[in-house]
Amino acid sequence: MLTFFMTFIGVLILYLLMVLGSGNGETMGYLFHWQELVAGVILSLIAAAITRAMFGKAVNNKLFFRFPLFLAYIPVWFLYLTKANIEVAIMVITGNIRPGIVKINPGLKTNLGKTILANSITLTPGTLTVDLSENSDDMYIHWINVKETKTMDEKIKGVCGPFAKWARRLAE
Amino acid sequence: MDTETIFLIIMAVLGGISMFFMLIGVIGLHRFPDVYTRLHAATKATTFGSIFLILVVITYGIFKLTEGNGETSGAFMHLIGMSIVALLALLITNPTGAHAIARAARRSGVKPEQAVVDEFEEVD
Amino acid sequence: MTFGPTELLLIGIAVLSAGIILALLRLFLGPTAPDRVVALDTVNTIVVGLMVAFAAYFQEVVFVDIAVVYALLSFGATMFIARYMERSKETGGVN
Repeated sequence: MLTFFMTFIGVLILYLLMVLGSGNGETMGYLFHWQELVAGVILSLIAAAITRAMFGKAVNNKLFFRFPLFLAYIPVWFLYLTKANIEVAIMVITGNIRPGIVKINPGLKTNLGKTILANSITLTPGTLTVDLSENSDDMYIHWINVKETKTMDEKIKGVCGPFAKWARRLAE
Repeated sequence: MDTETIFLIIMAVLGGISMFFMLIGVIGLHRFPDVYTRLHAATKATTFGSIFLILVVITYGIFKLTEGNGETSGAFMHLIGMSIVALLALLITNPTGAHAIARAARRSGVKPEQAVVDEFEEVD
Repeated sequence: MTFGPTELLLIGIAVLSAGIILALLRLFLGPTAPDRVVALDTVNTIVVGLMVAFAAYFQEVVFVDIAVVYALLSFGATMFIARYMERSKETGGVN
């Protein structure tokens, strides 16, 4: 039921973004036409009914109440994205690189957590996910500026920064 | 300063950042030695550039909305809404596509050049 | 002619077009198949940005509708090519 409700809200927000400005200047100004609102609610109900089986395993009650954390995650993510891009710009201009592929085990169990971590570190300083092991939780990361590390913890910290902690907080 | 000048300055700053990073991404395609490092430049820089490019378009839409004229304001609201949807689509698909290319390249046997360490094991 | 936000958009469109030509150069030169796919992916991202900029410049909102569809379809194409490269190892490779 909760999955159904969340998918409904998500699809409705997407639909409302797409029909923004459809009004005729009468009831709601130029923002929305009432017919679009009715069609949006009906279509969102249909979409939620179809995709409930797909998302049923990924979303549960525990995750629902962590939803506000996603809003807190966005500024952190954007800050690291900016930092990463300035680093890449410097590397493109100077050409100083020291690349390599490293193997880490961030200790994430769920698929959602791995997805969040992999997509986050692809867009953040100097790292790119190459492969996920299907049998264990290992991740293969291409690291553009490899630093010398001794223990696995140091390596995880060097590759993921704060994102391993955030992925665990958001998805596990 | 009138409204148009203020909007022009905001758009110029955002657009300058966007164009710089877009060009960095494209130049990185030629400066870096192998496919993995090129993916770094292409994915990160163009995604960041797209965020700012869409912010420019949203600012332009808001500027046109402040100019008034009720008849066309619906079209600019639609422009803003669809731009946000386009940005969401790019933010989700770009890192996933980069990951797919990197994985396909590594599994089809392309070795990273100038690599100091390569801990990848062949899994079949 | 006065310099307003519309002219600023035109400059941006010109710079992005130059970027597409540079990326296409890598598409033609690229020594291995993955290099070409990276260049294609970059071109796709820039084209989506360009379509949004064109929508604002020509004030034709339908361009940005197409941009969303283009972004999702190009993602599908990238995934399909990546899948093909991954499996082509057994059959002799595409490199």
